[in-house]
Amino acid sequence: MIVEIGHFALVLALGVAIVQGVVPLMASSVNNRRWMGIAGPASIAQFLLLCVSFAALTHAYVTSDFSVLNVANNSHTDKPMLYKVSGVWGNHEGSMLLWVLILATFGCAVEVFGRNLPTGLKSRTLAVQSLITVGFLMFILFTSNPFERLINVPINGNSLNPLLQDPGLAFHPPFLYLGYVGFSIAYSFAMAALIEGRVDASWARWVRPWTLAAWVFLTIGIGLGSWWAYYELGWGGWWFWDPVENASFMPWLAGTALLHSAIVVEKRGALKNWTIFLAIIAFGLSLMGTFLVRSGVLTSVHAFATDPERGIFILILLCIAIGGSFALYALRGPSLSGGGLFKPISREGSLLFNNWILTTATGVVLLGTLYPLFIDAIDAGKVSVGAPFYNRVFIPIMTPLVILMALGPLMSWKRTDAKAVLSRLYLVYGATLVAVVLTYILKGDDGWGGYFGMGLATWLATGVLWDLAERIKLGRTSFGDSMKRLIRQPRATWGMTIAHFGLAITIAGMTGAGNWKVENIQVMQFGEQLDVAGYTYTFESVRDVRGPNYDALEGTFTVHKGDKYITTLKSENRHYDTGGMPTTEAAIYTMFLGDLYAVVGDKSGDGYVTRLYWNPLVAWLWGGTLLLALGGVVSLTDRRHRIGAPKRAQKAAATEGAKA
Amino acid sequence: MKSRLFFFIPLILFGVLILYFAVGLTKDPSKLDTDVLLNQPMGDFKLVPVQGRSEGLTIDDVKGQVSLVNFFGSWCVACLQEHPFFLQLKENNVIPLYGVDWDEKKPNDVVRWLARHGDPYTKIGVDVTGETIIDWGITGAPETFVVDKEGIIRYKHIGPITERSWRETLWPLIVELRKQ
Repeated sequence: MIVEIGHFALVLALGVAIVQGVVPLMASSVNNRRWMGIAGPASIAQFLLLCVSFAALTHAYVTSDFSVLNVANNSHTDKPMLYKVSGVWGNHEGSMLLWVLILATFGCAVEVFGRNLPTGLKSRTLAVQSLITVGFLMFILFTSNPFERLINVPINGNSLNPLLQDPGLAFHPPFLYLGYVGFSIAYSFAMAALIEGRVDASWARWVRPWTLAAWVFLTIGIGLGSWWAYYELGWGGWWFWDPVENASFMPWLAGTALLHSAIVVEKRGALKNWTIFLAIIAFGLSLMGTFLVRSGVLTSVHAFATDPERGIFILILLCIAIGGSFALYALRGPSLSGGGLFKPISREGSLLFNNWILTTATGVVLLGTLYPLFIDAIDAGKVSVGAPFYNRVFIPIMTPLVILMALGPLMSWKRTDAKAVLSRLYLVYGATLVAVVLTYILKGDDGWGGYFGMGLATWLATGVLWDLAERIKLGRTSFGDSMKRLIRQPRATWGMTIAHFGLAITIAGMTGAGNWKVENIQVMQFGEQLDVAGYTYTFESVRDVRGPNYDALEGTFTVHKGDKYITTLKSENRHYDTGGMPTTEAAIYTMFLGDLYAVVGDKSGDGYVTRLYWNPLVAWLWGGTLLLALGGVVSLTDRRHRIGAPKRAQKAAATEGAKA
Repeated sequence: MKSRLFFFIPLILFGVLILYFAVGLTKDPSKLDTDVLLNQPMGDFKLVPVQGRSEGLTIDDVKGQVSLVNFFGSWCVACLQEHPFFLQLKENNVIPLYGVDWDEKKPNDVVRWLARHGDPYTKIGVDVTGETIIDWGITGAPETFVVDKEGIIRYKHIGPITERSWRETLWPLIVELRKQ
């Protein structure tokens, strides 16, 4: 019964979404305020209905109701409760339901937090948002219904993928989706602005926090996914440039560009139609990511062969959503130009340059991801594009961006004297030089990647700190006064400082993990010792252990540095009762300068295959990513976001309009 | 005027992308491997009977007339989807349907499964060693093959057979093969 209620709520939500998508748009074209107002209550109703629907599916998972096909296929009686719940979105149908639920949540949030938005802009935004929901609800109801019943009820369920039973993987899809779907708000605002034909500072002020929130979620989601790959796949890698990862990375790059260009619209009224364009592609790439992952166009998925309808449905959705918005952009975009003028060397100029680079980088990832598809489509064979391509292309593209990141915040709006900026930075040059030389001395001739990366990280980190020092006039006024200024810095400045500094840390982590990793793969017998990067591993024992629903082979190492005991590492090789691929739980001991990482594999002769790694600076990678997200959160709490779009901004926009 | 056209660039690029996607959708990346078997004669096999039965399944059983070979298991949820349809096939004596049961945890599982859901198969063999699975390039269950009178594999269907796939693909092919 509860399952049917969930199904029914889903159908009702579709009805509400259609009303919310159509009526306000029609009403706002004839400026009927009453009917425009329907968007608000409808968005709340839609949200509540989808909550009911999602709760019903969750209930079916929690109670292991195997009369539901989706539950029978993706859950198992023996699963721990946590994974029964995460199983709800661990499959195609359920994850799509989560998608629309988040979509509706964001719509509802616009209604709740957007009380002081202009009625026209709000109702149009909610209508566009709802039209996206309509598309996805139809997709769910017609091709991927999670509430489908099964006539012959199995006893235990048939969960086949034990890899999904992991906290890292259980929680990274919701974050990714919050990020993907969060960009839908920026997109809906952009569409509403195109329909209205008006983009001003208050518009940008409204779009930015939503984009920022989505970006924070996406950053955390990507970080979690990468962390999961690191400890679960057992190869010590943290980024593989596979299509699924790229699908989340492209919206991230585009979203990062959008965050920065929205600042220019807000402060200076320039780059309007460029910002609109970025809002379209950020969400467009999220949609495309869904398409690539779900349709099986790129990866061979068994389910696809049985169900090409899904792929075609998403393709049509994509055509309407992105094609439609690009068409609208082509027609209306030209009328949105204008705004503050600026010289190439200025704050605006550096932000525009940032945008070009990020967009180019997005294009490169897009090309790399789709290249195999292009080749296959013209029947030239099947190829795959791997890490070497990305490393070779990506690093040269991103390097100027990182160099500029340290300089941009030091520049003033409109125009800047480049020489004056550059001549102030002697401390930054010095620190960078020291880092390069120090890395060279410590690591020797290990390829240029090492000291180049460390130099870049130091350049950015010290550049960020220098900028902060200038802002608080450190050394140019009394220390007490500087501290007062430090406290009074707006949260947005703090956010930027933390996030940019976080990226510097991440770059250092990538450099370390990418260049100085040590890996040893060998057969070891009990008691045997091996030296990896200065740490002595002793292979102690192997024993069988029993988990809640799996058997595992547990390998134990003790690690010493010289005579000093460091830690005991226990890795697991799990075989789940339900069958499927065995999974690896690597044993990891994290230290400031690197991770000790050990995996015990299969038996070979009278020993075991062991893989021992030294992964330098990996913790910096995750730490830096966290700082990036934290920076976003801090910036989100900035005063000007909390008080919404103030009258002042509208006045400013008006005076600007008067000037022009 | 020129700058106006500039705004159409994203739309045009997107159009090209969609074209590629549409072509890409028609191509299944997993197809290459599985199509290799098509239009090849079956490899020799001799499968043991289901526990408690006397007759297994051999290559000679399948040869001689157009028939279906279905790879299934009691663990396979999707197999239950096509099961009622198979029972109908048997009831109306439409075509011989041979079953290959594989990857059972306990030999008794399939016996219980057949008792519970009914047995639509003309004959069933159990692939204990997994050799036949590999020979036929099975990637999951259910998978169903159409084999002609000479014992040549003519078609592979991945996933449960639906009424639509039967009506549109399988049945016309069977009629065609019977004429030969």
